[in-house]
Amino acid sequence: MNIDLTDTTTRKIQDALTQARHLMGGPAVGMVLTLIIVTDESAQYDAVRAATEAAREHPCRVLTVISRDSRGSSSRLDAEIRMGETGPGETVLLRMYGPLADHADSVVVPLLMQDTPVVTWWPGGKVPKIPAEDPLGRLASRRVTDSYAARDRLGTLARLAEEYRPGDTDFTWTRLTSWRTLLAATLDQPYAEILSGSVSGEPDSPSAELLAAWLSVRLGVKVSREVSDGPGITGVSLKTRDGDIEISRPDGRVATLSRHGQPDRQVSLMRRPMADLLAEELRRLDPDEVYEDAARRFAKEQAAAGEPAPEPKAEPKKGAGRSRAKAADGPDAS
Amino acid sequence: MSDTPNPLRDPRDKRLPRVAGPSVLVLFGVTGDLSRKKLLPAIYDLANRGLLPPGFSLVGFARRDWDHQDFRQIAYEAVKQHARTPFREDVWTHLAEGMHFVPGEFDDPGAFEALAMAVKELDESRGTGGNYAFYLSIPPKFFPQVVEQLQRSGLAHGDDAGHEGFRRVVIEKPFGHDLKSAVELNDTVHRVFPEESIFRIDHYLGKETVQNILALRFANTMFEPIWNRGFVDHVQITMAEDIGIGGRAGYYDGIGAARDVIQNHLLQLLALTAMEEPTSFSAEAVRAEKAKVLSSVRVPEDLSLATAHGQYSSGWQGGVRVKGYLEEDGIPADSRTETYAAVKLEIDNRRWAGVPFYLRTGKRLSRRVSEVALIFQKAPHLPFSLTDTEELGQNALVMRVQPDEGITVRFGSKVPGTSMEIRDVNMDFAYGESFTESSPEAYERLLLDVLIGDPPLFPRQEEVELSWKILDPIEEYWSGSRRIEQYKSGGYGPDSADELMARDGRAWRRL
Repeated sequence: MNIDLTDTTTRKIQDALTQARHLMGGPAVGMVLTLIIVTDESAQYDAVRAATEAAREHPCRVLTVISRDSRGSSSRLDAEIRMGETGPGETVLLRMYGPLADHADSVVVPLLMQDTPVVTWWPGGKVPKIPAEDPLGRLASRRVTDSYAARDRLGTLARLAEEYRPGDTDFTWTRLTSWRTLLAATLDQPYAEILSGSVSGEPDSPSAELLAAWLSVRLGVKVSREVSDGPGITGVSLKTRDGDIEISRPDGRVATLSRHGQPDRQVSLMRRPMADLLAEELRRLDPDEVYEDAARRFAKEQAAAGEPAPEPKAEPKKGAGRSRAKAADGPDAS
Repeated sequence: MSDTPNPLRDPRDKRLPRVAGPSVLVLFGVTGDLSRKKLLPAIYDLANRGLLPPGFSLVGFARRDWDHQDFRQIAYEAVKQHARTPFREDVWTHLAEGMHFVPGEFDDPGAFEALAMAVKELDESRGTGGNYAFYLSIPPKFFPQVVEQLQRSGLAHGDDAGHEGFRRVVIEKPFGHDLKSAVELNDTVHRVFPEESIFRIDHYLGKETVQNILALRFANTMFEPIWNRGFVDHVQITMAEDIGIGGRAGYYDGIGAARDVIQNHLLQLLALTAMEEPTSFSAEAVRAEKAKVLSSVRVPEDLSLATAHGQYSSGWQGGVRVKGYLEEDGIPADSRTETYAAVKLEIDNRRWAGVPFYLRTGKRLSRRVSEVALIFQKAPHLPFSLTDTEELGQNALVMRVQPDEGITVRFGSKVPGTSMEIRDVNMDFAYGESFTESSPEAYERLLLDVLIGDPPLFPRQEEVELSWKILDPIEEYWSGSRRIEQYKSGGYGPDSADELMARDGRAWRRL
């Protein structure tokens, strides 16, 4: 069912939602949370699609906030309600024009599901300075950003890390879960004392930086960053007293685990689509302290390495950087 | 080598799943239905979710003249058809590289020598570290032979002073057909494997909802205070199927519904529903509580009043004409095996004394339902007139296991209108609706637990024996009865089951 409301109010949206639910035969599912997506017209399609897919695991009300043309002088709210065709849960696209665009929270607050957690997600590169103090971020117990989609990736991540508040998280961290799982599983087996490590990946990869920071926090050794052509992270190596433990993934698909004295083993280590990342974020709504530790370490090192983020995209790379930011919406970079 | 805990694992880091260590899974009976429909797809799904270690290897053993390629082909088809997660070429390629096949008979020592060679070779070539799990997806009558062969070929034990990786054996229900055979079966396996290496799979216990029973009971405060004889009138545990015995005639005849379902699934559900709070969620603590409550279960004195059984007769089920049990292929015309069984049990402890637990299971009933229903007592006093509450039944809390996993609460509510009229309504929490697609199939969970060595969801021998102690007198009583009642296919079961409830002034929940 699709309902379009132009120049509307939150009261009318609420009524339409209630009515739609009655028409569909009562509340179809117990929705477990409200997901606020802050985006623009060009990115909303992919974001909503990912949210709909994630909603199969976490039935939720999706409120997509699309700011349009905030310079106009008259405020207007248009709403598009989608229910029952794409899976459990309900999706509301809220398009805000004029000054209203700066007061999106006044529209969103009455539409939150009662007494359930709220998650705010900024899928694009436009990340608020301090997510927890953003009007829409303040409503949420979990705030999800994606610094990979930003123009200045490393700088964005460093800034987010400095302004970390419990409940913040970033997709560049989520993308690491499969890497971290493999590394943790590797060290479930007996190993000799680890002396140092290194992470190689694209020059401009916040995930690679976070992985290095996490390893150095957890292992208490120096973990260096090496630059490769990507895609994403291409390898991790840990130097131990008995020889190296190495995981390499040159093609972004298959990882090879080599260990001193053992045969090489291969395992699929896929870059995950956005819906998977989002579903993982929605699974746990408590503060991610492990991310905090890693992000803070990264920010500290970034600051120590010299004030402005080191080599972020000199002019020639600008175009490429942007197109890659777009590509981050597809099968993902990690 | 370090023995310190893994520095990359942090209890606060809940994103990292448990991953199995390097290991080989040896699958006996790889040509069977279970293998193709459940086990192979579950292995693929685990790999796809990144929960199997690099180098994980799977060895199939069966009486077929296959080579590795044939096995991979069969597995490929099984995965394509039945896997839960999307098919990915990369994942499959690496999983398939680790798939090997050893042809042979269970009585051929040479075949087991070949198997031993094959897994050793995998240790060399894929770094599986001498960790083997043996999954016996074969009829129990072959267990002694296989277990003995495993021992003879040196597969059952680590070679060097026991420090050569783990050895685990997985067996499927039925765990015997009565107490005596269960003990024998257990002795057979025990001669070679210690109790902590034996994993008895009851796939029911791997289901999310079953685990959710524990969460519902012990993580909340609003249910536990009424979870006792003070409020509960009786409990109904149901597993109804709409299908007949299908192609399982050889297995089913002589076993029957009670041994097939009540002994394991329903009594495990009863244990989880009725047990006291475990001291922790650890395997030992949960098993201890289950064993405690199972030993308090009492079978009523007069079994003629407390049990019912029957066979489905031919008729119409869901718009299709179906055969009766006695007309099924491979079933002798004078078979007295029951396809429906209902029993009334009492639990002799302070919490449940006087609260009957009614267990029923049957094939070819109106539809497929598995659920645990707590039916509450009526309110001691109703400040409404009798006509107002005529339609008001008893409150109920229903935990639906399958299909449509979730929880239903049934209570009275006023019918809209001017007059006061109170009627039963259902409030639904649909767990499954959202979770079915993404929540792991029970076998995935259980296989992973086997490879990790985490046993809370596996019944212990003590529970198996306690369950048989409950069932044996009932089976004995039934074997003495001359005649077995026929019930209509597609209905609600035999009349005697309804009479069993009616005698106590109660009725089954309608399926």
